[in-house]
Amino acid sequence: MLRLYVAGQTPKSLTAFANLKRICEEHLPGRYQIEVVDLLKNPMLAKGDQILAIPTLVRKLPEPMRKIIGDLSNTERVLVGLDVRPADGRERA
Amino acid sequence: MKTKQKTKNQSAPEPLEKTATGIAGLDEITGGGLPKGRPTLICGTAGCGKTVLSMEFLVRGATEYNEPGVFMAFEETEGELAKNVASLGFDLERLASRKKLLLDFVRIERSEIEETGEYDLEGLFVRLSHAIDSIGAKRVVLDTIEVLFASLPNEAILRAELRRLFRWLKDKGVTAIITAERGRESFTRHGLEEYVADCVILLDHRVNEQISTRRLRVVKYRGSWHGTNEYPFLISDEGISVMPVTSMGLNHTASEQRVSSGVPQLDAMLGGKGYYRGSSVLTSGSAGTGKTSLAAAFVAAAAARGERCLYFAFEESVSQFMRNMRSIGLDLEPFVKSGLLQFHASRPNLFGLEMHLLTIQDLIRKWKPRNVVIDPVTNLINAGTATEVTLMLTRLIDQLKRQQITSLFTSLTAGDHGAEQSEVGMSSLMDTWLLLRNLESNGERNRALYVLKSRGMAHSNQIREFVLSSKGIQLVDVHIGDGKVLTGSARLAQEARTQSEAALQQQQRRRRQHELELERTAVEAQIATLQAGLAAKTEQCKLELDEEAMRYQSSAARESEIARNRMAQVKRVSDGRQKQRNNGSQ
Repeated sequence: MLRLYVAGQTPKSLTAFANLKRICEEHLPGRYQIEVVDLLKNPMLAKGDQILAIPTLVRKLPEPMRKIIGDLSNTERVLVGLDVRPADGRERA
Repeated sequence: MKTKQKTKNQSAPEPLEKTATGIAGLDEITGGGLPKGRPTLICGTAGCGKTVLSMEFLVRGATEYNEPGVFMAFEETEGELAKNVASLGFDLERLASRKKLLLDFVRIERSEIEETGEYDLEGLFVRLSHAIDSIGAKRVVLDTIEVLFASLPNEAILRAELRRLFRWLKDKGVTAIITAERGRESFTRHGLEEYVADCVILLDHRVNEQISTRRLRVVKYRGSWHGTNEYPFLISDEGISVMPVTSMGLNHTASEQRVSSGVPQLDAMLGGKGYYRGSSVLTSGSAGTGKTSLAAAFVAAAAARGERCLYFAFEESVSQFMRNMRSIGLDLEPFVKSGLLQFHASRPNLFGLEMHLLTIQDLIRKWKPRNVVIDPVTNLINAGTATEVTLMLTRLIDQLKRQQITSLFTSLTAGDHGAEQSEVGMSSLMDTWLLLRNLESNGERNRALYVLKSRGMAHSNQIREFVLSSKGIQLVDVHIGDGKVLTGSARLAQEARTQSEAALQQQQRRRRQHELELERTAVEAQIATLQAGLAAKTEQCKLELDEEAMRYQSSAARESEIARNRMAQVKRVSDGRQKQRNNGSQ
C-alpha cells in the first residue's frame, strides 16, 4: 500500500511515478497498490501525512511509516526505504 | 527581489507601509510596525521569546487589527503552543474557532525520511497557501523554519526552496515573521538573513549578576527609520512589552502648577509653594535621615487634596510602613481605604529591573495616579547595574513627565560624604533635589535638610533642621554661630542661652533707665535748690537796694530839714507840706 504525493503534473512527479511503477513491478509484482494524491486538488491532505517535499512516497503499512522523498531515481535507496531489501545483511538479522 | 522593491519605492514616494504589531513598545521602535507584505526575520538564542513574540504578532493582529494569521509551527504541536501561550492570556482555540487564527504543526522526522533524487518543497507551499486562503490571512509566522535543515539532508535544494518561499510570501502580500536560531557568527545558524533582507530583529537573553534580562534590537530595517538601541523587553502575563528609551524626545510640557510637599516649612523653602506638578523630586540621604517620612508627607498631602497616589515601597511592608508613619503623626490608613493611595511593596531583587519598570508602567497606565513615589530607587540597583537603573529611570521619568505625574524618588546614599558625586547620573534627571543629612555633633545625630537644586523656582539656600516628632515633620531654623551649625540639643541650649541673654539685657536696660530717672530727679532737685537760692539772693539784693535808696532819701531829707531848720524863719509857709512828704516816704 503506497501513496505518492504530487503537486500537479510536474516533470519530477511524472518521473517519480514512472520510477515507482517500475520498481514495484520489478520487486513487488502483484503485491502493491499505488495511490496518487495531487495536493493541488486536495491541499487538505498535505497535513495528514505531514507532506512537505514533493514528490513524496509514503508507505503506511506495514508499520513504521516510511517516507521517501525525491523522484525515486535511485532504485537501491527506494528499496531500502520501503524495507524491501536490506541495506546490508546485518541489519536484517 | 531587490529590484522589484526598489521600483516599488520609486513609484511610491510615501513611506513604507507598515503593519502594526500591537506589541507594546515595538511599534514605537520600528516607527509603526513591521514592513507590510514582507517577511521579517526574528532571530535569537533558545528561550529568548521568538515564539511568544511572533505569536503575539498574530494574536494582536487577529484581535486588534482584524487581520487573520497563520502560525506554522515546526517545533511545537498546536496543543503545546496553545497551552504555552495561554499563560499570556491568549486564547488560541477561541481565535481558531472564529477563523482568526490557524495553527499548523509541521512535523518532520528525519528517521522516517529516505531521500532519493530531485524534489522540492511544493508540499509546504501548498499547505501554507491553503492555510492562508482558508482564513484570508494577512499575517504568517514560520516558527522555526530552520528545523528543516536538520530534517532534510539536501541543503542546496532547501536553500533554493527557502528563497522561493520568501519570494512567494512577498507575492502573496502577507506580512510574515520567520524565526531562526541565533548562529555563532551570523545572525542565524543557517544564514537565513540572506533571504530575508527587509527587516531583521534580534532577540537576546542575558544574565547579569544572576538577573536575566531580555533585549531586543532592530538590526536592520530596509527603507525605514528605526530605533537602533538594544531595548529591554519583558514577557509578562499580558504578553511582550518592549521599553523604548532613547527614542523618546524631550517634549513634555512643563506645568506652572505647584503642589505642596506636605511640609509647610519646606514649601516655604521652595519659593513658598512647593514642587511643580509633573516634576521629579529626589530626596537623598544616608540611612535614617527621614527620606521615607518626607515621601509619606508628600503622599499624605496629595491624598488629602483628593489626588491618587501610587507608592512603591522596596524596603518596608505596607503594614510596617503604616505603623512607622503613624509614629510621626501621619495616618495614611484612611487614604488607602478610600482608594486614593495604593501601595506596592516588593523586594527589588524579586525580579529584574525591567520587570519592575513594567510593573510600575502597567500600574500607572491602569490606575492613572497623579503622584508616584518610589522608595527607595537605589534599591533597584540590586536588580541591575547602575547604568541600567539610570536608563530605566530616564524612561520612567520621561513617561511620568509626559503624563504630568509628580514623582518623588528616595535615594539611599552610602555615607554623608560624597553623596553629591555618587548620584550625578540620577540627579540630572531630577528637577528638585532635597538633600537630607545627618549632622553629628556633641554626641548626637541630628537631621538636616537643604534644597540642593530646584529647577525653575527661587529656593532657599538655608540648611534647616529636620525634626520628626509625633506631631509630624518640622523644619526648624538652625543656629549658626561661631562658624558652626548647631542642631538638636545644642540648638536648644543655644536658644535657651540666647533667650536668657536677652532677658538679662532687658533687665539691664531697665535698670539703666531707672538710674537715669533717679539722676534726673536729683538734678532737677538741685536745679530747684539753686533756683530757690538765686531767687532768695535776688530778693535780698532788691531789699538792699531799697534800703540804700531809703537811706539816701532819709539823709537827703535830713539835710533838707537841717537846711529848713536853718531857714525856718524864711520859709514858714511851706513847712507843713514838707513834713507831710517826709512822713509818706518813710
